[in-house]
Amino acid sequence: MSTSTLISGQNIQTLPRQRTLLGDAARRFARNRLAIVGMIIVVLLVFAAIFADWIAPYPYDAANPTMALQFPSAQHWMGTDEVGRDVYSRIIYGTRISLSVGLGVMAIALLIGIPMGLAAGLMGGPVDYIIMRLVEVFTAVPALMLALLLISVFGGGLFNVILALGIVAWLDACRLLRAQLLSLRERDFVLAARTLGATSTRIATRHLLPNAMAPLIVAITIGIPVAIFAEAGLSFLGLGINDPIPSWGKMVGNALSYMRVYWHLGVFPTLAIAITMLGFTFMGDGLRDAFDTSMNR
Amino acid sequence: MARYLLGRLGGILIVFFIVSVVIFLLMHAIPGGPYNEDKVPLSPEAKANYLRKYGLDRPLVEQYLLYMGNALRGDFGVPFQSPTETVTGLIGRTWPVSASLGMIALLVALPLGLLLGTLAAARQNTWIDYATSTTSTLGLTVPNFVVAVWLVLLFAVQLKWLPTGGWGQWYHYIMPVAALALAPMALTARYTRTSILEVARSDYIRTARAKGLSDQQIMTRHTLRNAMIPLLTILAPQIPNLITGTIFIESIFRVPGLGKFFVTSILGRDYPMIMALLLLVAVVWSLVYLITDILYVIVDPRVRLGKSKT
Repeated sequence: MSTSTLISGQNIQTLPRQRTLLGDAARRFARNRLAIVGMIIVVLLVFAAIFADWIAPYPYDAANPTMALQFPSAQHWMGTDEVGRDVYSRIIYGTRISLSVGLGVMAIALLIGIPMGLAAGLMGGPVDYIIMRLVEVFTAVPALMLALLLISVFGGGLFNVILALGIVAWLDACRLLRAQLLSLRERDFVLAARTLGATSTRIATRHLLPNAMAPLIVAITIGIPVAIFAEAGLSFLGLGINDPIPSWGKMVGNALSYMRVYWHLGVFPTLAIAITMLGFTFMGDGLRDAFDTSMNR
Repeated sequence: MARYLLGRLGGILIVFFIVSVVIFLLMHAIPGGPYNEDKVPLSPEAKANYLRKYGLDRPLVEQYLLYMGNALRGDFGVPFQSPTETVTGLIGRTWPVSASLGMIALLVALPLGLLLGTLAAARQNTWIDYATSTTSTLGLTVPNFVVAVWLVLLFAVQLKWLPTGGWGQWYHYIMPVAALALAPMALTARYTRTSILEVARSDYIRTARAKGLSDQQIMTRHTLRNAMIPLLTILAPQIPNLITGTIFIESIFRVPGLGKFFVTSILGRDYPMIMALLLLVAVVWSLVYLITDILYVIVDPRVRLGKSKT
C-alpha cells in the first residue's frame, strides 16, 4: 500500500518496466539472429504468395513449346521447363501452394489434436488409454502410406491433400498437449491453486491451458515445414497436386528425367524447398528458445 | 519385467488388430478395384473370374477373416501387380536391398553423429561447435530427396565421379547412404551435444573430477555413457523408417528396393501387398520400440519397467 502511494506521483518513469511472458519472449526472440533470419524468410514467402500475380513475370501455366528447356537467361531467370513454362514464375506461384498446405495442414491437425490432447491429459483414465492407443495405431502406420490411402479414398487435389496430411499430422499436437498437461498437473502452482479452493475447471482453464499454449505455438511453427515437406514429397511422386498448378515437389519430380543436362530444373525448386524449410525451422527454433524459460542463455 | 513385457506384447497385438482392420476398410473404400478396365483390358467374364479367384467377390468381413487366417499361417497371398510370385517372395527379394541401405546409413550416421556431438560439446562455443550445429540444423531441415538431387547434380552431373544411379556395385551405395544418413547423423550430433552438456553438470561428474580422474577418463567412462541414454529414444523412431525403405531415395537413385511398392500397391489397388507392407512396418515398429524399452533397463539401472510409468 505504501509503495503505491509513493509511486502515484510524478516519478512513474523510474518504475522497473513490467515484464510479461510475451514481452520477455519477444526480447529473447529479437536477440536471436537465426530466428530473425527465419522470420525474414517467412515474411518474404508470405509476400511472394500474396503478390505472386505482380511479382511473377509470366503466368504459371503459360506453356510455350518453342521455348522448352531453356537455360537461365535474362528473359527467364531460372530457365524454362520441358513444356516451356517459366521456372521462376512457377516457383513464385509455388509459394501459394506450399504456404496453404503448411497452414491448412496445421489447422486441421490442431482441430483434431487439441481436443484429443485435452481429453487425454485432463480426463485421464480410460479416455486417456483409448486416445493413446489410437495415437499408437496411427504411429504404427507409415505416415506417407496413410496419406496416400486417404488421398486415394478422397481423390487428389489441393484441398484433399491438405485434409489427408492434416489427418496424419494431428498426433504430435495431441501427444505434446497431453504431455504438457500431465507435467503441469504436478507443479506446485497447481497445488497452490487447489489448496486455495479452485475448482478443477478453473485450474484447467486458468492455470493448465495458458501454460501449455507456448509449446503448442512452437509445435505449430515446427509442424509447418514438416507439412510442406510432406506435400512436396507426395507431389514429387506425382500423387499430390495436379498439373498445371505449380508445386515445388512436383517440379523436382518432373526434373528427375531432365536433370542430367538441364541442371536448372533440379536446382531451383530444391533450393526453394530447402530455403522455406530452413526459414520456418529457424523461426520455430527461435520461438522455442524464446518461450523456454528454463534455458536462460 | 516379464509382466511388463507381456503387457506390452498384448498391447502390440491389439494395435496390430486395429491397424489391420482400419487399413483393410480404408483400402477397400478406395474407388475402383485391381481389375478395373482402366488398369487392365479384360472381358467382363475374365474379370469375374479373377475376382472369384482372389475371393474379391465375397463380403468384406469374409475377405478379412480369410486374409488374416491365411496370413497367420504365413500365406500372404499373391501380389496383383506381379502375379507370378508370392507376396512373401516379392518382399523377400526387395526388402533386403532397402534394409541393407538403411542399416549401412545407420552404421555411418551413429558413430559420425556421436563424434561430432562429442567434439561440439567438448569445444563448446568454439567454431567447431558452431560448424557442427549449423551442419546438423541443415541436415535435419533439408528433406532427403532435396539432398539426393543435390548429390546427383554435384557428384554425378558436374564432377562425374559417380553414376547417377543404379544398383549392384559398391559405389552405388555411396550417394543413397549419404542422403539417408545425413538426418540421423544430424539428430545424433545434436542430442549428443545437448545431453553431454547436461550430464557434465551433474553431481557424479563433479565427484569424478574431485576424485582426480582425467578429463578423458571422465568423458569416456562417465559422461558419454550417461549421455547415450536419451539418444535411444531419439534414434529408435528413425530405425523403422530407414530399414523399410524410402521411396524418394530409391526412386532418385534407381535402387530396386521395397520403397516403390508402398506407392504402386495403393495405386494398383493391390490389396494383399498393401496389407503385407503395413503389417511388415507395424511389426518392425513394435519390435524396435520393445527392444528400446528393454535396452533402457540394461543401459540405465535407474529405470524400472512397469513401475511409475505414466
